[in-house]
Amino acid sequence: MANEAAIINAVARTSLWLQPHRIVLILIALGLVLSAAFFMRWDWLPQYYEMGLIGIWRSLWILAVTCVLGFLLAVPLGLAQATGSFWFAAPAKVFCTVIRGTPLLIQLWLLYYGLGSLFPQYPWIRESWMWPYLRQAWPYGVLALTLSFAGYEGEVMRGAFAGVPKGQLEAARAFGMSRWKTFRRIWLPQAIYRALPTLTGETVLQLKSTPLVATISVIDIFAVSSKVRQDTYLTYEPLLLLALIYMTITGILVFAFSRIEARIPNKIG
Amino acid sequence: MPPTQPSAVRASTSGATLIDALLSASAAGIIELLSPNPPGWGGTLLVGLLHSIEIALGATCLGLLIGTGGAYGKLYGGPVVRDLLAVYTTIVRAVPELVLILLLYYAGTDLINQALTAMGYQRVDISGLAAGIAVLGFVQGAYSTEVIRGAILAIPQGQIEAARAYGMSPGLLLRRITLPAMLPFAIPGLANLWLIATKDTALLAVVGFYELALATRQAAGVTKAYFTFFFAAGVLYLLLSLFSNLIIGRVEAWSRRGMPSLKEAR
Repeated sequence: MANEAAIINAVARTSLWLQPHRIVLILIALGLVLSAAFFMRWDWLPQYYEMGLIGIWRSLWILAVTCVLGFLLAVPLGLAQATGSFWFAAPAKVFCTVIRGTPLLIQLWLLYYGLGSLFPQYPWIRESWMWPYLRQAWPYGVLALTLSFAGYEGEVMRGAFAGVPKGQLEAARAFGMSRWKTFRRIWLPQAIYRALPTLTGETVLQLKSTPLVATISVIDIFAVSSKVRQDTYLTYEPLLLLALIYMTITGILVFAFSRIEARIPNKIG
Repeated sequence: MPPTQPSAVRASTSGATLIDALLSASAAGIIELLSPNPPGWGGTLLVGLLHSIEIALGATCLGLLIGTGGAYGKLYGGPVVRDLLAVYTTIVRAVPELVLILLLYYAGTDLINQALTAMGYQRVDISGLAAGIAVLGFVQGAYSTEVIRGAILAIPQGQIEAARAYGMSPGLLLRRITLPAMLPFAIPGLANLWLIATKDTALLAVVGFYELALATRQAAGVTKAYFTFFFAAGVLYLLLSLFSNLIIGRVEAWSRRGMPSLKEAR
């Protein structure tokens, strides 16, 4: 019975959504896509197909690593601003302000070109184990994107930590939890629940920042499309496909986060 | 060997004082490099900053126009207009700005030139400033549509109904009631968009528009003082952001005049 009701509900919702004008719009969109598929040049696809997949994989990998590392950095940044003494709060505040006040492109170029041109002057750096990594571009890209994510998310986490009701923490103390246990079991989880809706937006913003690493010669999917454009002298086809790829990834990210959000208890505080 | 060798060069041969020598040499060089007169590159950076501010201002104004229209369309438009606007805001917010800038720049100049040749005019070179403003404005428009839509929805419905009851025409209603009443709700979001616009101008460097990031890159490439110049550009962008924050605070206080302060409301 419940199943039938659900099906009827779904049908009703679909018919509500699929109004006549929407059907026309969808047909027009289909027509545009089909004409793009037939009248534009796509013969370069088989040749660059593998390179594109590697590029997508690299973009996703950079996104995942920088989001996780950035979030790990954002927790202490937010905590320092929410509760820390002046000597903890002020540097965290300055860090967030500087990161949020300057373009990511400049941060990236400062790290890659600026620091990268200073390092070779010091022999002890060139002889250290880090040198093989410091000569490549991707560590600078990962570092810049991580710091950027931490700067933006640190501000969010500050609000999230400050938003957890005091009574929750007092109750935890009354149960005899140590400070670390209170933080781990009560404060951090509730702060993350609060920050989760903005986390979706920040992750999508981070995805949209990843193509910047192409400007420091990391071969991500954006760099692959630039290479196709240079090789084939095509303007629109690679860019349109690239936009489609990013939209698909964004859609998947938003869907995944909405599933995660649906799982958390929604009565907090 | 000349008798008076510069101390920095002599010191660099011995490893121990290398860092000191580099620091003093670069400290002496930085001022020369950043001086606003021709041997220094400070003037170039400042001109670049001016271009960046021009583009950001233009893009924000265009974005506000598109945003107001878009918000009105989303709230009061017919079903087709609403769906088309939803497609516009969704696509623009899901695709990286860098990709959009490239696509819109090529597509826009192509379309204009094709239209001109079809009408029998000469092809024109579109100025970087106009193209940058148009492209960034189109992107900003999608974001401000959402901000302004939310702000209009936050206006107490009775105010708009009262204005309609007085027989105000839609234009007068917009000018006298909707825009001033939504401003306090919209300012925080729009201020954020302005800060994003100032930072997004840096992306135009990738397409080759002349603004602060590209000026910095040129200066750094010629002098090889990469760290100095990118650091200086970062400071300039940061100053612009901090100065904007100051102004925004004033504007927000002005737009909330006569309303209870946020602290009391809590």
